[in-house]
Amino acid sequence: MQLVAAILTMLAGVLACAAYFWATSLILDWIFPSKGLSGAAASRNLRITNAIRPWLFLAPALFALTIYLIYPVIQSAWLSLHDRGGQSFVGLRNFQWMINDGEFGQSIFNNFLWLLVVPALSTFFGLIIAALTDRIWWGNIAKTLIFMPMAISFVGAAVIWKFIYDYRAEGSEQIGLLNAIVVTFGGAPQAWITLPFWNNFFLMVILIWIQTGFAMVILSAALRGIPEETIEAAVIDGANGWQIFFKIMVPQIWGTIAVVWTTITILVLKVFDIVLAMTNGQWQSQVLANLMFDWMFRGGGDFGRGASIAVVIMVLVVPIMIWNIRNATKESGGH
Amino acid sequence: MNPSTRSPLTWAVHLSVLLLVLLWTMPTAGLLISSLRDKDQLAVSGWWTALAISSRNDVARAPSADSQVERDGKFVISGNLLQGQGGQVSAFGFSSREPTKYKPGETAELNDGERLTVQTDGSFEIVSDQRMEGSRGQRVFFTASTPPRFTLDNYIEVLSAAGIGRSFLNSLTVAVPSTVIPILIAAFAAYALAWMRFPGRAILLAVVVGLLVVPLQMSLIPLLQLYNGVGAFFGVPAKTYMGIWLAHTGFGLPLAIYLLRNYMAGLPREIMESARVDGASDFDIFVKIILPLSFPALASFAIFQFLWTWNDLLVAIVFLGAGEDKLVLTGRLVNLLGSRGGNWEILTASAFITIVVPLIVFFALQRYLVRGLLAGSVKGG
Repeated sequence: MQLVAAILTMLAGVLACAAYFWATSLILDWIFPSKGLSGAAASRNLRITNAIRPWLFLAPALFALTIYLIYPVIQSAWLSLHDRGGQSFVGLRNFQWMINDGEFGQSIFNNFLWLLVVPALSTFFGLIIAALTDRIWWGNIAKTLIFMPMAISFVGAAVIWKFIYDYRAEGSEQIGLLNAIVVTFGGAPQAWITLPFWNNFFLMVILIWIQTGFAMVILSAALRGIPEETIEAAVIDGANGWQIFFKIMVPQIWGTIAVVWTTITILVLKVFDIVLAMTNGQWQSQVLANLMFDWMFRGGGDFGRGASIAVVIMVLVVPIMIWNIRNATKESGGH
Repeated sequence: MNPSTRSPLTWAVHLSVLLLVLLWTMPTAGLLISSLRDKDQLAVSGWWTALAISSRNDVARAPSADSQVERDGKFVISGNLLQGQGGQVSAFGFSSREPTKYKPGETAELNDGERLTVQTDGSFEIVSDQRMEGSRGQRVFFTASTPPRFTLDNYIEVLSAAGIGRSFLNSLTVAVPSTVIPILIAAFAAYALAWMRFPGRAILLAVVVGLLVVPLQMSLIPLLQLYNGVGAFFGVPAKTYMGIWLAHTGFGLPLAIYLLRNYMAGLPREIMESARVDGASDFDIFVKIILPLSFPALASFAIFQFLWTWNDLLVAIVFLGAGEDKLVLTGRLVNLLGSRGGNWEILTASAFITIVVPLIVFFALQRYLVRGLLAGSVKGG
């Protein structure tokens, strides 16, 4: 029932969209006709329609982007200077609170750990796997399997890994894989996700597991794009496999490595579901995105503090944003 | 390179890829296997033992003396240690000090002249020459091995009781329109950005690229306020499916526009010019030429957006709420993690249900997914 209603609404929405584009286009041609008229009038009308039509095509998208992304960014920045209800202006007091708040400090520290470890390891594994799978006949099957976690939700992945980290008291049989391995080698079982500091790394493993496939796919395409001649030349000069890989191939794909790295970095800054599902920030594993969510609803919600944490995340993203824009405009300059 | 130096290296490559593949697939395999196991076995043994015959040490109490029957001048209490659970007894005993002293079929002499015999199938007899007394039955220790059991019970339980079925529908209701709506809006905008000339085009493109990385967190609070305001103003609920469709549309648009524009900009100019010479308008060109040609890019984005909206948790709990009737699958799973954290039979089955749709999409349409990833990222470098 519900699904039928949803599909009907969707069809209505799609039809309304199509009708909008079709009708505005028709109206424009009707007001400023260019057919049937001659000479100056026709070319004047053609010029006008050509000036207006792009904006008709763009209007719905611009409207949605403004409401859902541009306005919120400005409003969040504004709210971060206000109290919990968003009414009275408090200046920089939210940021002052932040600096002195232990939990915020913890989150920043953890976020930096994530930023150091996850993009680096995901890219590293992605690169290694891309290079290795290109040499074997079943490489594509291997790639598909390693790419697969990409389709799994963060929450689903959290359940999968929580099962691996599952802990049973010493002496009883471990059903978590990690503890079973530890016990087999004579160690004592641990409740991994409750170990302060180290639990961060156990959560990071989940994101690395998901993101390695992404890095692998892109780096593999980049490796294949390397001109054969450079490698052949190196072989003739007597370079060995390692030298070819690290001195010939990797330097040629630095640009792609940077793209992969920054893409994963942005994802890491927004990581929320994994922490919420695994620890909800307990045992010193809090991160910014989860802290922000926490403040949005904690005790009826503190929009001022929540918004100020969002602003911090935004500020961390800005350098990458500028770098992306510069690259994109440089590239499309020729078009 | 001659074969003798090459082959160990090739073997090393094969082996290390195999190892990596195992490492990456094992977690999901563990989940799938566990969700199909009998829940009693799941709770006491690791999923990697699923195919092994599991043996357990247990203790059962024979019926009390009231149930004895007289047979051939002897008094007999009989029963079955395994109580119909299946499996085989490999050893038994009557004291906790020697729980595995006897083999099945042997007869143990109990302290008071009674004799205990246990068969492999678990049936036992206590035979005595005198009438037995005592209100408590004899304790029997035994080791039983149970064959592996696989069942769909966990799925049946989860779908009927844990609200997963309902959430599955909710997730579909969120994901399908949230995938279709942005495509149409973005396609027109992408065409304008790729093939129409107007002042400010370069700036708009830069804005879209910039918006690609705006964290969702920036949007949450202002939009929540906006939705609450709109809801209060029109006297409608603030958390509706319409609201979340539009939110997903807004958040998905930058990537959609970026991907589609890059693709459309790569289409050959001649096709459009010849159509224009024939008198086709921009609208005609777009609908009849550009849209069909852009199918691969549209498919790539659709897969992304579907995976993202299906797997999303944050947008759903903020804009749809955590109410029982509107909870999506990811939200349900988080709730189960909190309330049924130890019930792995429920968690594993639920988790598998939540990931099965994205996995099907992934395996069926992987080609387009890869293509979209490449178009969306490599271009930036």
